[in-house]
Amino acid sequence: MSTLTDPPKGSFRLSTLVNDTRYRSYTFQFIALIVLVGVIAYLMSNLFSNLAAAGLNISYQFLGSPAGYDINQTLIEYNSQSTNRRAALVGILNTLLVAFLACITATILGVIAGILRLSNNWLVAKLMAFYVEIFRNIPVLIWIIIIFTIMIAVLPGPKAFRGDMPSASMVLDAVAFTNRGVYIPAPIWGAGSLIVVAVFIFSIIGCFAYRRYATNLLYDKGRLLPMGWPSAVILIIPVILTFFFMGKPIGLDYPALKGFNFSGGVKVGGPLIALWFALSIYTGAFIAENVRAGIQAISKGQSEAAGALGLRQGRIMKLVIMPQALRVIIPPLISQYLNITKNSSLAIAVGYADVTATLGGITLNQTGRAIECVLLLMLFYLTISLSISAIMNVYNNSVKLKER
Amino acid sequence: MSDTSAAFVRTEPVPPSPPPSSAMGPVKWAKDNLFSTPFYIFLTFFATYVIYLILSNTLPWMLKGVWTTSSLAECREVLDGVSGGCFSILTERWNQLLFGFKYPADQYWRPALTFLFFFAAAAPVLFFKMPRKFLMFTGIFPFVAYYLIWGGSIWTPILVLVGLVFGYWVYRLLVSKSFAAGFFGGIVTAIIIWAVGDSLISDKANVGVFLQAVPSRDLGGFMLNMMLGVVCVSLSVPLGIALALGRQSNMPLIKWICVVFIEFIRGVPLITLLFVASVMLAYFFPPGTTTDLFLRVVIMITVFSGAYIAEVIRGGLAALPSGQYEAADSLGLDYAQAMRLIILPQALKISIPGIVNVAVGLFKDTTLVSVISMFDLIGMIRGPILAATEWNGVYWELLGFAAILFFVVCYGISQYSQWLERQLATDHQ
Amino acid sequence: MKKSVLFGALTVAGLTAGVAAAGTLDDVKARGKLNCGVTTGLVGFAAPDANGEWKGFDVAVCRAVAAAVLGDATAVEFVPTTGKTRFTALASGEIDMLARNTTWTFSRDVDLKFTFVGVNYYDGQGFMVPKALGVSSAKDLDGATVCIQTGTTTELNLADFFRSNNISYEPVPIETNAEAQQQYLSEACDVYTTDASGLASTRATFEAPDDHMLLPEIISKEPLGPLVRHGDNEWGDVVRWTLNALITAEELGVTSANMAEMGAGTNNPEINRLLGTEGTLGEMLGLNADWAMQALSVAGNYGEIFEQNIGESTPIGLARGLNAQWTDGGLLYSPPFR
Repeated sequence: MSTLTDPPKGSFRLSTLVNDTRYRSYTFQFIALIVLVGVIAYLMSNLFSNLAAAGLNISYQFLGSPAGYDINQTLIEYNSQSTNRRAALVGILNTLLVAFLACITATILGVIAGILRLSNNWLVAKLMAFYVEIFRNIPVLIWIIIIFTIMIAVLPGPKAFRGDMPSASMVLDAVAFTNRGVYIPAPIWGAGSLIVVAVFIFSIIGCFAYRRYATNLLYDKGRLLPMGWPSAVILIIPVILTFFFMGKPIGLDYPALKGFNFSGGVKVGGPLIALWFALSIYTGAFIAENVRAGIQAISKGQSEAAGALGLRQGRIMKLVIMPQALRVIIPPLISQYLNITKNSSLAIAVGYADVTATLGGITLNQTGRAIECVLLLMLFYLTISLSISAIMNVYNNSVKLKER
Repeated sequence: MSDTSAAFVRTEPVPPSPPPSSAMGPVKWAKDNLFSTPFYIFLTFFATYVIYLILSNTLPWMLKGVWTTSSLAECREVLDGVSGGCFSILTERWNQLLFGFKYPADQYWRPALTFLFFFAAAAPVLFFKMPRKFLMFTGIFPFVAYYLIWGGSIWTPILVLVGLVFGYWVYRLLVSKSFAAGFFGGIVTAIIIWAVGDSLISDKANVGVFLQAVPSRDLGGFMLNMMLGVVCVSLSVPLGIALALGRQSNMPLIKWICVVFIEFIRGVPLITLLFVASVMLAYFFPPGTTTDLFLRVVIMITVFSGAYIAEVIRGGLAALPSGQYEAADSLGLDYAQAMRLIILPQALKISIPGIVNVAVGLFKDTTLVSVISMFDLIGMIRGPILAATEWNGVYWELLGFAAILFFVVCYGISQYSQWLERQLATDHQ
Repeated sequence: MKKSVLFGALTVAGLTAGVAAAGTLDDVKARGKLNCGVTTGLVGFAAPDANGEWKGFDVAVCRAVAAAVLGDATAVEFVPTTGKTRFTALASGEIDMLARNTTWTFSRDVDLKFTFVGVNYYDGQGFMVPKALGVSSAKDLDGATVCIQTGTTTELNLADFFRSNNISYEPVPIETNAEAQQQYLSEACDVYTTDASGLASTRATFEAPDDHMLLPEIISKEPLGPLVRHGDNEWGDVVRWTLNALITAEELGVTSANMAEMGAGTNNPEINRLLGTEGTLGEMLGLNADWAMQALSVAGNYGEIFEQNIGESTPIGLARGLNAQWTDGGLLYSPPFR
């Protein structure tokens, strides 16, 4: 909107500020600024007078003092004499760990369920619809509690593995499922194991190089090289050869029942498994819906055209449908990943030591620094969310249909 | 072709014979839908096995359940080693699960009646074909519901209602001149009436108590989930509209405030906001005043869902063709009129399914209040009921009950949302 | 200040002026109700029964204070708090006093600015194990999985104990006592540790309490007591002396049975001062002369409250032990009423 005639100069009245479109937006913004500053000042003055009345202050010094408590599942060195800062870091890593694991499994589950729900097999489609509806419509907190209770009540305790006629036994003598967690063998890195790892990394690179070469050959010359078994050979053979050549430098540390618990191996704690599993199947149901919507968004003409070109069913999916569907699927998928990260804060219900449980839970309780802890906690989640959104924006821009 | 010596000439077409049994009916259906390829055959058997596993484990447990004992030990005695559910906990504690353990038992009819009224009030909003007159009831419902649930002096809701009515009247009077005058005039009028009324009735707080007052701390159980869900969703829609309009605004400062607010709220988990409500918010209120936990939680959840609804509505606003905005401008409408009369009605219509989805998510998230020691359905289960001596060790019955309650409500809403989407899909016919 | 939700909301918006912070005692009197913070559920100390009525040892202290101040033992609003919310609830004024088996420690007193008005239960942290585990000392627990309630001092004591004995353990942090029971009974942890009184109370709810035992080690001092905010000494005095009145009454032999009789006047001047027939102790506190009578009439003296809620005749079955009167070799020692 623009005014047709300039109002005569020198006739400034107060109402001009509101009625003149040249000034109006400044007036409103000025009012908004005053209100904003006023509200913030009001809240802050309340905060400080409340704190002063209670004799408290805002201080982050507690971060440097010893935490005093132990954490059962840590990715980095930690003991009860470590600082609260380190405890928070342990929590952050645990949050990222469970979020990462859950994102992977939720994606796998979601893609399978989403595709199967579109399957022509009536029974499977209905079963998947049932799965999606049941998990989408019940709060994730209930699922976490249910799955944790299943873990605790159904799996045997370590006691069941004891004695001459144990009522439970380890799977393949290597993996023990107990209600405290799952014990799996841990690798022991002996001398020379670095070489094996290096060879493995080179094999992966080699595998990708071969696949790219084969694709280029197909596009340039029209010659079709086999993809499947050569990649497998490149991936496996050199590693195995080096492994034996170096004298089996990597061994396995099997868990064994010792004292009250299994020792040796790697323990994947019960709370982690429950949380991981619950977040995966809950979010998997949402992802399944996204995948289904994405595939259905591709018009049927696309698959018919691909069929008319003589492509097989699998290749239609891989070469025609999926590349287009992914553009629809990925943005909601990433916001589901964001949801997983945020929902992982429910770890508190099962006693998994994520950042909400360490920084926002035990540290908060033990130091009584509620405001500081909650602010740091929000800052952490905000950082994660904003970085994921930033990645999503970059992706969205890169796959945007280039309109001319 | 003139040879007519054939012994038999068909004079009418052969009646169509029924298709072979392998190509019709259940057999054909099964062949097409269950056993068309080896992979599908495998899938079918696998799925059947999964269904068998689920049913064989749950059905006997459910069918052999015990409904009439008064403690777990007694129930186990009745079951005598047979696998079965102790559903008697539901028959004994249903009132606690639904209403919390503090709501006076002789007053249960109040929330129940509110629940019935809620359907009557929600119907005109949910189904556009109902006569618009019923919206009157929707308008009165919040006050009726407030009084039914909390009780106490009837003058409080009446005063609020009178203030709003007068505010609206002033708004109608002034809005033809300018939206801003009407809007702020209405608010000022309402506040004046509230302030005057408050000073009149505050010393007679015990006058007009027809229903026993129930403090909000005594609310609990599934009722608390429902109340938080309904109150927060209805409060967050206006907030969401304001935030969405602010984010679309071309005034940089206002836009900036809204963007920061929305992104901040959406970036943190609800549970941290609930921590804010339970451990921080009290510090931000004026010294010497306290606000009860229910109100603090309502504030935080409203803010939370407001940010999500703002994003949904922003999507609706963005989906409108710019011609609509230009048409409004060319008619000479100012911003408030254009939004009120042209843009928002259309944008909201597009956004309704999205808003309903946010509402379902929010309703599920109300279970999180159990983490900050409020006794909602989950809080009741994890707290007083599991701690009771006589019911130590009952999990599946309680968790299953909670799951079913939530499933019924959420599935119902999402079915409604799909129905609505079909109703609103007027552009592709 | 009886305020409806609506006017609470208006206050939030800053539309009505905030009430000047008067003393807590005046607030409680004006409100006609005492807001008392308790645990979310620990049988014997504070737990709602099937009718939603709060019962327990800590609850009795709240009721005694309400009776002393307001003359009505039912004028209490019980606010369930978790380990996390309890201190903020008190600091922000949501509750007037906290009686939630809270340990009196230096940092809570000095750094968090609370005033512990006394000790109503001398406790210590213990361990409970299934008898089948075959453990007789906490020092044998190397490598065990231990359930702890998070947010309590027990978490820190546990870390210190295992560290100083140079043995390892795996902590399983748990939010509520009910979940701790669930995990302990399904053997997701070998040991459950919390205050010995809490262990006894938990064990009492088990189906087969005799299959479980408490280990002899008590690894910490846990003086549990009610607390109030720093800086409101009048209110602190009211709570402190109500607690002391319960203790003194037992020492002097004032029980709910003979209270009415003694209230008419006795030869013992201290009893007379306590019950308000002599002197002006109530007036000094800003309460009625019969404040202690009122407090005692709720459930009797300290000993009676103990017996009713957690004593040996209850399923919890705690012996008096350290919590006997000093005259019986215990630690309960109330300053004189003079």
